[in-house]
Amino acid sequence: MFLRSFGLNEFYFLLESLQWTLALTGVAMVGGGIAGFLVALMRTARTKVLRMAAATYIQVVQGIPVLMILFLSYYGLSLAGYRLPPIVAAGLSMSIYASGYLGEIWRGCIQAVPKPQWESGESLALTIPQQYLYIILPQAVRISLPPTVGFLVQLVKNTSIAALIGFVELTRAGQLINNATFQPFRVFLTVAALYFVICYPMSQLSRWLERRLHVGSRH
Amino acid sequence: MPYELRLEVLAQYREQLLDGLLMTVWLSVASIAAGTFFGVVLASLRSVRGGPVRVLVDAYVEVIRNTPFLVQLFIIYFGLPTLGLRVGAVTAALIGMTINLAAYSTEIIRAGIESIHKSQIEAGEALGLTQLQIYRDIIILPAVAKVYPALCSQFVLMMLASSVCSAISTPELTAAASYAQSQSYRSFEVYIAVTLIYLALALTLRGGLALIGWRLFGRPGGRAAQPTLKVEAV
Repeated sequence: MFLRSFGLNEFYFLLESLQWTLALTGVAMVGGGIAGFLVALMRTARTKVLRMAAATYIQVVQGIPVLMILFLSYYGLSLAGYRLPPIVAAGLSMSIYASGYLGEIWRGCIQAVPKPQWESGESLALTIPQQYLYIILPQAVRISLPPTVGFLVQLVKNTSIAALIGFVELTRAGQLINNATFQPFRVFLTVAALYFVICYPMSQLSRWLERRLHVGSRH
Repeated sequence: MPYELRLEVLAQYREQLLDGLLMTVWLSVASIAAGTFFGVVLASLRSVRGGPVRVLVDAYVEVIRNTPFLVQLFIIYFGLPTLGLRVGAVTAALIGMTINLAAYSTEIIRAGIESIHKSQIEAGEALGLTQLQIYRDIIILPAVAKVYPALCSQFVLMMLASSVCSAISTPELTAAASYAQSQSYRSFEVYIAVTLIYLALALTLRGGLALIGWRLFGRPGGRAAQPTLKVEAV
């Protein structure tokens, strides 16, 4: 029998599928970012019911595996009559996953803005939306940059789980090539290296942002 | 025709699900123990020895933290046999989880060690403590106590991540769920039930770790127990 071997063509296939990993990360970041922002706002709202609802949502999303979110939206929604293509199921699940974590990260960032900032906004007769828009959020965004970039690394890595519902991103492409070549060591090390090339600079960026944010407040 | 939820089909698979649950618990507990142990060892080595040891430990931590757990599992389970090392699915899962968790705990504990002020160690020396006492009581224990909440979050994340071990046929909870749904065609019921089991597991693990933290360090672990060192482990 003639087996294909892992060569340049196979490498190009991996590179091509890397685009899908990045696309899925992008979808999850936009979807999860919007939902996560709402969750963070609810979590820091003045109404208790909103705070409780957001806290429960965060607890649940952070308490279940990403794979279960994927399975539930892939198999579950198809029962409800929606036959979702893997990209939609994967994008939806990764957005839900991201919203649970980003909501919690951003809640911390909003709460890290010192209380007198709120009070001075109020004493200037700003409405609550104005306080958010002009005083709190600009400062919270600055604080949120390092952990958000850090989470983005987790997100890129966790899109690999979408391979398990058949979405052809980098990891799934690796599985397909491995099935054709049976050179798992070479194939998956290459896959890992490609993830590393994406994730490592982002990790370093997150660290650099963190250091820059804390300049002057070091002991 | 509207879909009817039939949760009673789950009863048929309770044995498989229970076995899977026990496997998930066992994998989590074992990898938490081993991962923390290696984390303490590597973080200590890194802080005591400079030069090549530090470079190697840092490289290990960065490589593991910047590649997906699933791909790490594939390399261990499918890759190692081609080098002549045959590992079973459970062993592969255990190795993978330990290697992964050890990297994260090394990073977390390193941050804890670096937060110990030099004057603390000098105070220990002035009191005539031995090197071992200084290491244990002034460096490692306070360092771990400081980063305990971050460690706990990482433990819970690892337990949840163990669900992808089903992809290398480790017979844990998710694998049991996949078996049950392939037999019964009741995927929604099965996955809802198993999701709830994971949720219960996560809450139990968090509670248990908080209790352990209370016993060990005199305060609850979990999040926001008291202002703790910020570690970028999401």
